Amino acid sequence: MTATGVDQATTTIGRRRQHMPGPKRRLRAGRVVLYTFLIGTAVVWVFPIAWAVYTSLRPYAETARLGYVSLAQDLTFEDYVNAWEQGSLLMRFGNTMIIVLPAIVAVLFFASLIAYVVSRFSFRFNIALLLLFTAGNLLPPQVIITPLFRMYLELPMPYPLSDNGLWYDQYLGIIAIHVAFQLGFATFVLSNFMRTLPKELTEAALVDGASIMRTYRQVILPLCRPPLAALATLLFTWTYNDFYWALVLMRTGDKRPITTGLNDMQGMFFSDNNLLAAGAIMIALPTLLVYFVLQRQFVRGLTLGSTTG
Amino acid sequence: MTQQTREGRSIAPSDGPVAAVARRRRRRFSLFTRRDKITLGVLVGIPTILHLALIWVPTLGSIALSFTTWTGIGGLGSIEWVGLSNYEQLVTTYPTFWPALRNNLIWLGVFVFVATPAGIFFAVLLDKNIRGTRIYQSALFMPFVLSLALIGFIWQLQYAPEEGFINNVLGTQIAWLGDPQINIWAVLAAACWRHVGYVMIIYLAGLKSVDPSLREAARIDGASERQAFFRVIFPALMPVNIVILVITTIEALRAFDIVWVINRGRNGLELLSVLVTQNVIGPASRIGFGSAIAVVLFLISVGPILIFLSRAYRRLS
Amino acid sequence: MAESIRETGFTRRSFLRGSAGMAGALALPGAMAACGQDESPEESAGPGSVKFASTWQGDTEALRALVESFTTDTDISVEINEVDGPTFSDQIDSYLQGTPDDVFTWFGGYRMRFYAGQGLVHDISDIWDRIGDNFSDAFRSASTGDDGRQYLMPFYIYPWVVIYRRSVFDKHGYEVPETVDDFMALAEAMQSDGLTPIAFADQDGWPAQGWFDIINMRLNGYQFHLDLLAGNESWTDARVAEVFETWRSFLPYMGDLSAALGRTWQDGANLLFNEEAGMLYFGTFAGTQTEDPEVRDDIDFFTFPAFGTEFDDENAVDAPINGFLVSEQSPTLEDNAEAIDSFVEYLGSGEAQSMFLAENPNFVAAANDVDRSVYTPFQEKMAEIIDNAGAVAQFLDRDTASPAFAVEMEAFLQSWLNDPEQDTSSFLQGIQSFWDSLGVSP
Repeated sequence: MTATGVDQATTTIGRRRQHMPGPKRRLRAGRVVLYTFLIGTAVVWVFPIAWAVYTSLRPYAETARLGYVSLAQDLTFEDYVNAWEQGSLLMRFGNTMIIVLPAIVAVLFFASLIAYVVSRFSFRFNIALLLLFTAGNLLPPQVIITPLFRMYLELPMPYPLSDNGLWYDQYLGIIAIHVAFQLGFATFVLSNFMRTLPKELTEAALVDGASIMRTYRQVILPLCRPPLAALATLLFTWTYNDFYWALVLMRTGDKRPITTGLNDMQGMFFSDNNLLAAGAIMIALPTLLVYFVLQRQFVRGLTLGSTTG
Repeated sequence: MTQQTREGRSIAPSDGPVAAVARRRRRRFSLFTRRDKITLGVLVGIPTILHLALIWVPTLGSIALSFTTWTGIGGLGSIEWVGLSNYEQLVTTYPTFWPALRNNLIWLGVFVFVATPAGIFFAVLLDKNIRGTRIYQSALFMPFVLSLALIGFIWQLQYAPEEGFINNVLGTQIAWLGDPQINIWAVLAAACWRHVGYVMIIYLAGLKSVDPSLREAARIDGASERQAFFRVIFPALMPVNIVILVITTIEALRAFDIVWVINRGRNGLELLSVLVTQNVIGPASRIGFGSAIAVVLFLISVGPILIFLSRAYRRLS
Repeated sequence: MAESIRETGFTRRSFLRGSAGMAGALALPGAMAACGQDESPEESAGPGSVKFASTWQGDTEALRALVESFTTDTDISVEINEVDGPTFSDQIDSYLQGTPDDVFTWFGGYRMRFYAGQGLVHDISDIWDRIGDNFSDAFRSASTGDDGRQYLMPFYIYPWVVIYRRSVFDKHGYEVPETVDDFMALAEAMQSDGLTPIAFADQDGWPAQGWFDIINMRLNGYQFHLDLLAGNESWTDARVAEVFETWRSFLPYMGDLSAALGRTWQDGANLLFNEEAGMLYFGTFAGTQTEDPEVRDDIDFFTFPAFGTEFDDENAVDAPINGFLVSEQSPTLEDNAEAIDSFVEYLGSGEAQSMFLAENPNFVAAANDVDRSVYTPFQEKMAEIIDNAGAVAQFLDRDTASPAFAVEMEAFLQSWLNDPEQDTSSFLQGIQSFWDSLGVSP
């Protein structure tokens, strides 16, 4: 939900601290307690998700008969099929991607440009600009929702881009607010990173007469691949998980993204927790996958924005 | 830190290298062609305008609207100026304002004094030479990638009065989500479940960046592990601590989805963010009044934002 | 707020049966031919199309079937925009001012009159002039705005009643109570038989409003109830205090109240169906919450018992009407005018309504010319209760003159349920000052 961009140089990120050779191994008993504690905590932490998975695999009739806290006699993917079809999850995944992918690309493009300008060239308003972006990123969305909502209803958007001539109820409107909001974090992270790049790289290119866009494209972007990848994973999670903007700024049911899908399903059916759990797990799956597959980038993105060198 | 001097934000051309940088900078502007300047202007201008228009203009708008009354029907002309009366109603006749404010503060308190220390604690534990540390990290961090709306649902499976896991296993009949004395704490447990991993990951990265010689020095001085942490490492990580404090505060003020999914933020789960949403987009449509609540939320979040800004400003300039 | 959960809470059963239902619906060509359309589509430039927003998500298949047969008949295409009910109701103001669909599902009562008064709903009096005879006066007045013109095309109605399981009553030898005293004695008996006498669930906020409505109407009459909600009577009136005093006497039979406040209405209905509770005061749509045909056949209901007041004969009930409105700001209102006209007229026909209700035995049709022979005994009884009621209210959140008040009333009632022993007069004073702060002119 949040992108909390915070500064700090990033030179040492990813460098593992060298462990000094310890004086002696700790007492075994201490280790046993430690590991027991850690294992216990991990189990407690994973449990709510595991429980949702377990619930989702059980037929409604069985849980109605035996209660939810009971040994499963029957495990089935039936509810996954039902939730997929009845919640129109495929359509909703599609809707989410229509919002998420362009938003990520736009945020990274604009943020890297601003970061480039802010970190490479000294204009008078550099710092002010950077602070403005990051401060905006920290505001709770509810602070701006009232006027924003009215603006979306009043502002025209040309017809090819919008099917109702407004910003309201449009993918582009949702993308725009995501971009406006997330710019702060991404700009901060990228400008911190770029500040660590040797200045000579771009200087030389410019002296050679390359245009500024060419320098950006050929020199800066390739060097920024690691933080861009890290940011992309984070932005994916944040925009994918957005509930608020879609809830407030989108009215057409068929255009709503996946996170509001669960809300819809809750209203639509009688309370069949098994079915809802199956829907919930499927909705959670993409972010969980991104996290497990790109764990390194993910953590890097967060820490790039927040730790000190 | 040397890097920063090399980057040379300072204009004072007192010593050699900085003066050289300053000279180079003056020259560099001449490197821009007209086209470059236009390109830059446009490409930085578009996102800046977008950001100003969609974030800061509405922020000012909220403040202005909070002194008016408007149903939202019938154009801007039907807005009426009412001075402070929205604020007056807020603190006198609106029954859910004080509970919401109280809940926001509880939320903040629990995040700052429970979730954050817990996250730091786990970071310190997992920073030790621990086998399988990645597994524990993943487990603790996993909830962070889930949306708060989903978390609200997942925890209802635990808390439901008749069918929930907790009451069945404990054999209790506690109304975890129905009793307004209890439900805020139950929801906070779920929110902390997510927040602890967030803090842990950030702090862990901070710990890894601590100069090993600091620890070594503390060890040689005969400091216990605890003393070493509180006297040496924690102060050395002050920048990270502040970052975490800011993140934590903002997260606490933003809380919305989880209570909205559970019971639309009523009956003990009132939050300022919910009241704003209810008044502004709900059938209630009291736009001026909702804006006044938004301004209260804004004023609370200004504190941490300023802390962050001043710190960032100091570093940049 | 949570208003239309009541509309959307339909079963997966009706969903799964959707295809069967559609087949059944399409097998009614005779009914369709008798549909009584005035216009023949060929007269206009083209048959046109209608954009239609539906919050009745559980009934999508039934609506689709309806729309399909309409399209087959008229060549007018209808595009359905399915939306999540509670969110739609929340955002209705902006929806109607933005780019709304031509036709949308909505309610009767003040919740319609308010938007009609704001000029956001299109006047359909001309359709009423043609087919108005098809509705009783109660429907006409629930569809009429403050200016005396009609805005709503009523579709179905459902009463709030006390629901029970026949088998449970038979097993324990319970009798349907006629008076409140009987009711209390019955509750007492259930308690000693180990049942929770009354299933109650108020996490959603609105179910408690049903209780307030019925007690207020039975004690103080329909007119006082409506005047109170319109702001013409004061909440600090002793008669309102009496409602809460009376309600308090029911509370010991309503189970653990804090548990009830954390229970969705679906969970509340489950308490009844699982035979943990003996009775449930709710809209008849609670029946959608069970999939088990045996349970479905077992449920029955009665009207809330009489209190022995002068209003016993009036016998008012909450019976919300759901139907359709045409939005004034629809960008396609003019282009689609004729198509919209015939679609709305079609929706007001008994044929359309019986086709829909064949799939939804928890409602009864609004139109007079509906074929009552297809009604289940359950529906038959619902129709009877509505016919016998001397006055029909729409429900607190639909009758109140301020939507903001309806939202806050959920919180007020929840806070009272959290502490029913609190001082009633200061509680009511709080409600009244909140009302005053809204600045709604009576």
